[in-house]
Amino acid sequence: MAATREDVKFLSNPRIGLKQKKYCRFRRFGIKYIDYKDPEFLKQFINEQGKILPRRITGNSLKFQRRVATAIKRARQLALLPYVGDLLK
Amino acid sequence: MRHYEVTFIVDPVLSGDEVKATAEHILEELKQFGATIVAVDEMGLRQLAYPIKKRSSGIYYCYEFSCSEASWLAKFELNLKRNEKLLRFLVVKLDKYGVKYNDDKRNGRIGKKYREQAEAAAAESAPAPQVVDLDEETLEDAE
Repeated sequence: MAATREDVKFLSNPRIGLKQKKYCRFRRFGIKYIDYKDPEFLKQFINEQGKILPRRITGNSLKFQRRVATAIKRARQLALLPYVGDLLK
Repeated sequence: MRHYEVTFIVDPVLSGDEVKATAEHILEELKQFGATIVAVDEMGLRQLAYPIKKRSSGIYYCYEFSCSEASWLAKFELNLKRNEKLLRFLVVKLDKYGVKYNDDKRNGRIGKKYREQAEAAAAESAPAPQVVDLDEETLEDAE
């Protein structure tokens, strides 16, 4: 019995090849100011070692990536975020 | 008028009164320089992300102030630097969005709770579908 079209559809993952478009959450949700005193929020933009994630991964626009970076650096100065960490998340 | 924000960490080894006196002293100093205090935020005792001066925790304070002329800021920063009861401080200038954000935050207009409330309010204030009662007369007329 030959496989029908319906059967073939689920033989491979249908999501493969479908790239989800990244977006800048600050632009989409209208966030204008990034608070450096809110380490929990800023933790979304650093990796486990405490490094700032690149735009390539977060999808931030250039303007807000700069502001995120500034906020993270300020939080580091105030010891709200570590300069180097291990297993932050 | 420019808005600024100073955040500083007080040594936790000091007694409660001394911590308060230190914070109060900085507030007085700001007033003496002619700044208008917009807000005082006591963030309380927090764990530091890395040790500073062999301390692993600190008491955070944050003052927002505005002033028309800021040539004294360098002097103010120098005083903070000389203050041995502080572990660390940071003075930043706020842009208009920062001022608005702080204002909203104080009035509880930021965060999940507020968003839920706003959505509920929007749902309530939305005009309910109007129920048109057809009287008997109009029905009769239609007939």
